[in-house]
Amino acid sequence: MQKQAIFQSKLLPYALVAPQLAIVLIFFYWPAAQAVIQSFLLQDAFGLSTSFVWFENYLDLFKEPAYFEAIVRTFFFSFAIAVSSLSFALLLAVMADRPLRGSTLYRTLLIWPYAVAPPVVGVLWIFMLHPSLGVLSRYLRAGGVDWNPLLDGNQAALLIILAAAWKQISYNFLFFLAGLQSIPKSVIEAAAIDGARPMRRFWTVIFPLLSPTIFFLLVVNIVYAFFDTFGIIDTMTRGGPGTSTVTLVYKVYTDGLLGGNLGSSAAQSVILMVIVIVLTGIQFRFVERKVTY
Amino acid sequence: MVEEEGFRRYVAHVILWIGIAIVAFPVYLAFIASTQDNALIANGQMSLLPGGHFLEVYYQTIFIGTSGSTREPVGNMMLNSLVMALLIAVGKIAISIISAYAIVYFRFPFRMPIFWIIFITLMLPVEVRIYPTYKIVADLHMLDSYAGLSLPLIASATATLLFRQFFMTVPDELLEASRIDGAGPFRFFWDTLLPLSRTNMAALFVILFILGWNQYLWPLLITTRDDMQTIQVGIRKMITTTDALTEWPVVMATAVLAMLPPVFVVVVMQKLFVRGLVETEK
Repeated sequence: MQKQAIFQSKLLPYALVAPQLAIVLIFFYWPAAQAVIQSFLLQDAFGLSTSFVWFENYLDLFKEPAYFEAIVRTFFFSFAIAVSSLSFALLLAVMADRPLRGSTLYRTLLIWPYAVAPPVVGVLWIFMLHPSLGVLSRYLRAGGVDWNPLLDGNQAALLIILAAAWKQISYNFLFFLAGLQSIPKSVIEAAAIDGARPMRRFWTVIFPLLSPTIFFLLVVNIVYAFFDTFGIIDTMTRGGPGTSTVTLVYKVYTDGLLGGNLGSSAAQSVILMVIVIVLTGIQFRFVERKVTY
Repeated sequence: MVEEEGFRRYVAHVILWIGIAIVAFPVYLAFIASTQDNALIANGQMSLLPGGHFLEVYYQTIFIGTSGSTREPVGNMMLNSLVMALLIAVGKIAISIISAYAIVYFRFPFRMPIFWIIFITLMLPVEVRIYPTYKIVADLHMLDSYAGLSLPLIASATATLLFRQFFMTVPDELLEASRIDGAGPFRFFWDTLLPLSRTNMAALFVILFILGWNQYLWPLLITTRDDMQTIQVGIRKMITTTDALTEWPVVMATAVLAMLPPVFVVVVMQKLFVRGLVETEK
């Protein structure tokens, strides 16, 4: 698609794209290229000489149990966050998608957590469920649960998943509501005339028609869980106890802070890049389908 | 047409209110904690009703900061966050709208490659290039500066894409008409295209402002001086690993203050927010 009416100028268009292009090349492509190059190099212990080692950094990474664990953990977190947040948001959206009194009020009251920053989400949740002073921990302990997410890795993971899912409810809710409202009422009425009860109508008519939205949100939520949980983890558990809440992004960050192995840190970045490329690719393939649908 | 008996309606209301309660409870708790005495909170005996220390805690938070861990007034952190958020939002919109203008309204060699170069940055979020980017910013002497906080984040594939799509829908007759009036590329952009883009820019601004305000990883890396800290980084430093030293009322007041601007924007500019959110995902 191209415009017919255009301006003639040799230099002006370049001047107009120059600022964005400069930023993109300096702060995006240059560092990304550095990471790729670095990931094939190995520095000696004193940083005096570097040699080209092909995929050795990558192989070393995958041999490292901590890295493998971080991969599995990241995928598990993503899946758990996506599924729990999506199902709860869908329930709320289905409830809000009917002529209720105060439905705009409900929407307002449900969408604002989108604006809460991940590190603040972490602070709110650790405060609420802190082992010694958390308000909810009292009830958990009274109920016989030995609650201490600062010592128990599984509880820490659960806490991260809950907090991350909580933040994402509003986003998912908004898109589900939009998806539900785009389903023609006549289709639902037709199913009702055929005698389908509300539950049956939901699973056989509404849910299939909503599947593009669900798939789109699934990808968005996985990307979110991969990258935006960094702030939640950093304020809540800092990867601990032990390494039980270290995700791929968190590992790149902490490994880099310690300074040690440049090649390994670069290889981790490149692996993350590949993951983003795959996820974005899936997302764009899908967006095309949404347009035709 | 579809049956909607009273009972189901009632259930819907109840479920929605439970949802709202779940969403609001952690924030309510933060506000309550920010009005109470630290000793009570540290003992785990916090009340679920507001305490009497509201003014005192917020005064200390905004103008003094914690007495131990960071000692930086949160008011200053908020100012840093505000400057960063505004620079990111305005910067992204400005450089994206002019590159989209060039790509749509001009024909020039490498037009499409340039478009793709911008587009592919979508796949290079800061998380995947943390340390190399840090090194470049350090080499450019931009650590601990507003330029360092904002410039590396200012490119925007989404905004460029959005403006490009919008410009494609602007009728060609408008350009022809303003050309007859003797307008050049600058006049047409300023007098015709920019006013037409106002809603899109506003919707984008709302989303980008929230995005900028909520930045965390990048400011965490490149700010070392306390007076350059943003509020998101500051709050993390207030939680000390030895719990006993954490001043929870101040931490919670900071959390409330960190949420206030973006939540205010979402609630007050809800229409623009929803529009911006949906548009940027296309």
